[in-house]
Amino acid sequence: MTEVFKMDAPATDRRLDDMVQGLVGAPLDRPEGPLKVTGQATYANEWQVENMAHGVMVRAPGPSGRVVLSNRDDVAAMPGVLAVIQDERLLRNPAQGKANEAPVQGPHHAAYMGQLIAVVVAETFEQARHAAQSVKVTLENAEVVAVTSDTAAVEPQESKTLDQGDLETAMREAAHTVDATYTTPSHSSTPMEPHASIATWEGEDLILRGSYQMLKYNRNELADSLGIHPDRVRMLAPYVGGGFGSKLGIAPEAVAAAIAAREVGRPVSVALHRQQVYEATMRRSDTRQRIRLAADAEGRLIGLGHDALVSNLPGETFAEPVLQASHFLYAGANRKMSMDLARVHRLCCGSVRAPGEAVGVTVFESAMDELAQQIGMDPVELRRRNIPDKDPESGKPFSSRRFEDALDSGAKIFGWADRPGVKERREGEWLIGYGMASAARVNVLMESQARVTLTPQGTARVETDMTDIGTGTYAILGQIAGDMLGLPRDAVEVVLGDTSLPPAAGSGGSWGASSSGTSVYLACQAIRQQLAERLEVSENDLTLKDGRATFDNQTRGLADILQNDEIVKLGHVEAGETSEAVRQATFGAYFAEVAVHAATGETRVRRMHGTFAAGRILNAKTARSQCLGGMTFGIGMALTEELAFDPRDGHVANHNLAEYHIPVNADVPQLTVELLEERDDWANPMQAKGIGELGICGAGAAILNAIYNATGVRVRDYPATLDKVIAGM
Amino acid sequence: MRPFDYSRASSTADAAQQAAGGGTFIAGGTNLLDLMKLEVMAPDKLIDINRLDLSQIEETSDGGLRIGALVSNSDLANDTRVRRDWPVLSRALLAGASGQLRNKATTGGNLLQRTRCLYFYDRATPCNKRDPGSGCAAREGFNRILAVLGTSEHCIATHPSDMAVAMRVLDAEVETLKQDGETRRLTLDALYLLPGDHPERETVLEPGELITAVVLPAPIKDAQQTYRKVRDRASYAFALVSVAGIVGLKDGRISHADLAFGGLAPKPWRNAEVEELLIGETPSETLFDKAADILLAEAQGYGANDFKIPLARRTLVSVLNELTKEASA
Repeated sequence: MTEVFKMDAPATDRRLDDMVQGLVGAPLDRPEGPLKVTGQATYANEWQVENMAHGVMVRAPGPSGRVVLSNRDDVAAMPGVLAVIQDERLLRNPAQGKANEAPVQGPHHAAYMGQLIAVVVAETFEQARHAAQSVKVTLENAEVVAVTSDTAAVEPQESKTLDQGDLETAMREAAHTVDATYTTPSHSSTPMEPHASIATWEGEDLILRGSYQMLKYNRNELADSLGIHPDRVRMLAPYVGGGFGSKLGIAPEAVAAAIAAREVGRPVSVALHRQQVYEATMRRSDTRQRIRLAADAEGRLIGLGHDALVSNLPGETFAEPVLQASHFLYAGANRKMSMDLARVHRLCCGSVRAPGEAVGVTVFESAMDELAQQIGMDPVELRRRNIPDKDPESGKPFSSRRFEDALDSGAKIFGWADRPGVKERREGEWLIGYGMASAARVNVLMESQARVTLTPQGTARVETDMTDIGTGTYAILGQIAGDMLGLPRDAVEVVLGDTSLPPAAGSGGSWGASSSGTSVYLACQAIRQQLAERLEVSENDLTLKDGRATFDNQTRGLADILQNDEIVKLGHVEAGETSEAVRQATFGAYFAEVAVHAATGETRVRRMHGTFAAGRILNAKTARSQCLGGMTFGIGMALTEELAFDPRDGHVANHNLAEYHIPVNADVPQLTVELLEERDDWANPMQAKGIGELGICGAGAAILNAIYNATGVRVRDYPATLDKVIAGM
Repeated sequence: MRPFDYSRASSTADAAQQAAGGGTFIAGGTNLLDLMKLEVMAPDKLIDINRLDLSQIEETSDGGLRIGALVSNSDLANDTRVRRDWPVLSRALLAGASGQLRNKATTGGNLLQRTRCLYFYDRATPCNKRDPGSGCAAREGFNRILAVLGTSEHCIATHPSDMAVAMRVLDAEVETLKQDGETRRLTLDALYLLPGDHPERETVLEPGELITAVVLPAPIKDAQQTYRKVRDRASYAFALVSVAGIVGLKDGRISHADLAFGGLAPKPWRNAEVEELLIGETPSETLFDKAADILLAEAQGYGANDFKIPLARRTLVSVLNELTKEASA
C-alpha cells in the first residue's frame, strides 16, 4: 500500500541538501546520449516488427466539403496495396494535451486543408506512398469558410476576462502611456523525429510503439478513439525525438495505424512525412495582442492591459493562453485583460513550446521596452521598479522569486551598463544594438507515480511511464534515486516510456522533471524509511553513500542490510494546497546584442545571455541545455519563424524545413546561461521548479528591442524579417 | 515515388544514346529525388551519369577553366584556382545549400535545378510549370520568394541557384552533347528561357542533351569581385536577392562593371544597360541609384514579394559601394 503524497505544505526540510552522493544538481551527461548519437536508440518508426505493412496517409485538398475518394478501387488494385481505409474513427486532428479522451473524429468532412482523411496500406513504404499520392480526393459541396482571423467568427472567452480598477482612467491620467498592438504568426513544433506509430494486435490487445510525450493520457485517448478499453492498450515510447507540444495528445497516425493493423491483420507502421507534420499536427496560434501600459513619472505602472485575439479550429477549446504571465509579472492597480478566439479552418492549434508565455511575455516585454524608451529610463530599472510585492490580482504571496536578482546579475554578466543609445553604434555597414527582456513562466506540479527497486547488489531500478523527449529524464531520475539511496549514477537503471509501468505526469508544461522526479524522491524516501526501520535508527540519522549505510558510528553494505530482499516502493505525488496558497512561477532575464545591416535590414544576433531562477536545479547541464534551446527558439521567433498560410484555402504554404525557417547554426551565436541558486519549498519536496520552457518566454523581445536600439525601427509584427526592418529605415 | 527504370551510363555517348528513348539524367540527385518522392517529377527512366569521366577541372588554352559537369559544388568552391581568380564563383557556391548538399550537388545539376516555388512542389495547387495550363497559384498566393523581373502571367518562379548567378557574371558557357553526337556551347543567357507562355520549358536543351562541362573565360584583371546574398536566415536559405559583381576602377572612374542578380527572376539576371551606365563614371550614390532605376524599371511585385524591389536597390547600391570603396581608398 502506498499513500498519495499531497503537496499541502511547504517542504522546509530540504532533505536533498542532506544527501552526500553528490548527484542532484551535477552537470551529468545523459546516460542514453551515446545510444542516440550512434543510432542505437530505437525511435518509434525504427522498430523491426515482423511481417509489418506500411501505411501512408492521404490529405484533404481543401478546407471544406464532403470527402470523396473517386478512384478508390483503382488505388486498391495498385501493386502491393493491401487496403484503402477511410474509417469513421480516424482523427480530424490530434488530441489536446491531457485530453484523456478522443479528439474530434471523422474523415468524411474536411475541416482544413491537409487534414488526414484516409490511410493507404501496402507491402512496402514506397508502394504505400505512391498509392496514397495516387488517390484522387474531391470535396463535394464545399463551402466558403474563414481561413484567417480577420474574416472569422470570433468568440469572446468570458472566463479569461479581467477588469480590476479602472484602466481607462489610469491611461488618461498617467504621465506615460503605451498603447500598441503586436502580432505574432503561427509556429510549428516540427520536431526532428516526425510523428510515427507502429501498431501490433495480439488478439484483442494492442501494442502501439509511438512518439508521444504523455503516455498515461495517450493510452486513454487511443483507446477511446478506437472504442476499446484502455486495459487493452499498451503504448511504448522509450525514445522521443523531440515533441515541443506536438506529441502531447494522441495524433492521427496512431489511430490510423491501429485501425489499419486490425484491418489487414498485420502490424502496420504509419509515419508522417515532413509536409504532414506541418499540415496536420499542431500549430501555435497566430496572435494579435494589444498592450496598454500606464506609468507615473517615476516609471511605476499604475495600470496595464492585455487584450488578445487567438485562433483555432471550430470545436476546439484550446485558446493560446497568452495572458498567463501578465497576471503576475508586474504591479499596477488598474488591470484589464480579455481574450477572443477566432474560428478558422486551418490546422488545429495546441500547445507549442511554452504555450502562452512564449508569445505573451515576448509581446509584453516589447511594450515594456517602448515604455522605457518613452520615459527615458533604463529598461532594467523599469522592470525592477514594477516587481510586485505580492500577486497583483489575487494578493497571494509569491513562493520563491529571484526575479530582481536575475535582472541584476544578467545585466552585469552581459555588460548592460555599456549599452549604446538608439542608433548610436555603427561598425561599417552594421548597426549595433542591445536589448533586454524579462522571462516568466508559471510553475505546475502534476500527479505522478514511479516505482523504485533497491537490490541487495547495490543497484536500483526506477520504473515509470514517464517520457524523455530529449530533455534529460533518464539522467535526472537516476540522479535523484542515486542521491537518495546513496548509489553511484551508473548503479541506477531508469526504465521509461511504457504504459505497463506506473503512470507519470508526462513531458509537458515544464512539469516533467519536478513532478516525475518527486515521485521518484518519494519512493526513495520510503525505501530509506524501511532501511532505517531495519537498522532501528531514525531515517534522519541514516547516511547512504556508494552502496553503504552509515549510522550510529558504524557502516554496513546494502547486501548485508538487505540480505536477499529487494525493497520495492511506489512514489505517488499529487498537487495540493501549495498550488493554491501561493503564486508559483519561474523568472529570468535575457540580454541580446544584434547587428542590423544598414542596407539590407538583415539582423544577426551577436551574443545573447540569459539568467534564470527555477528552484533547485536537478542537472546543471540538461537545465542549461533547455535554456539554450529556448533562447534559440527565441531567436527564431524574433527573426525567422513563421508558418505561412495561403490566403485563399488556408493551407500551410511553407511546409518543409527549407522554407519554414527555424534558426540554423549560423543564426545562433555564443549563448550564455546563468542558473541562480534557489529553493522553492512550496513547489515540491525537492524544491525544484520547471525549467523546460522558461528559456523561450520573452527571449524574442530582447532581440527586437535590440533591433530598435540599433536602428530606431520598432517592429511590432513578429518575426522581424528584413523587409519589415528596411520598411522603417 | 512512381516506379521507374534505372540504368548507368558508361560514357557520354552511351548516356546520350540511352536518353534517346526518353529518360532523365541523374547526378547528385539533391533536387530530382525530392521532386520524384513528391511525384512532381515522375521520369520513367533514370540514367545515372555519376560514373562518367566529367569530374576534372582543367585549364584552357586561353587562361580559363573547363569544369566537368560532375565536379561537386564543394570541390569547385575549394579549387585554389577558382578561389584565387574567380572568387565570385567560390563565394556563390559557399553561399548555397549546406555542406552535405554541396558534397553531392554537381556543376551541371546545379544549373538545372528546379524552382523553389512552393506551389510547384504542391500537387494540390495549380501550377503552369508542373501542369501546363492549370494556372498559377503563386501570383495571388504566398509568393515571398518569387520573381519580380522576367515573369509572365503564367509563372513568377525564380531560378534558385547561387552558382548560376556567378557563372552568368563570369560569362561562362556550357558545353553540351546531343543525342546525335553533336556538341554545342551556350552562354547562360542562351541556355535559360523566360517563362512566357511555356513556363514548363526552362532551358533550350533538347531531350537527352547532356551538359558535359562549364567553361570559364580567362579571369578579369584589375577588378574586385564579390557575391552578396541576402536571405531570411544566415545559412541554408535561398536568396531573396543576390548580386554577383565584378567592378574595376581606373583613375577614379569605373572601368569594368559586370553585374548579375539572383532571386529576382526566372533565370540569373543581367542587364547590359546597367553596366553601360556605370562604365566611365565616377562612383557615387546618385550613380548607383540610377543603376538601380534601370535594373528595376520593369520590376513588378505580387504582394508578398513587393519588398524585393527596394531590397534589390539597397543591395545593389551596397555592393557597388563595397566594390568601389577599397580601390578608391
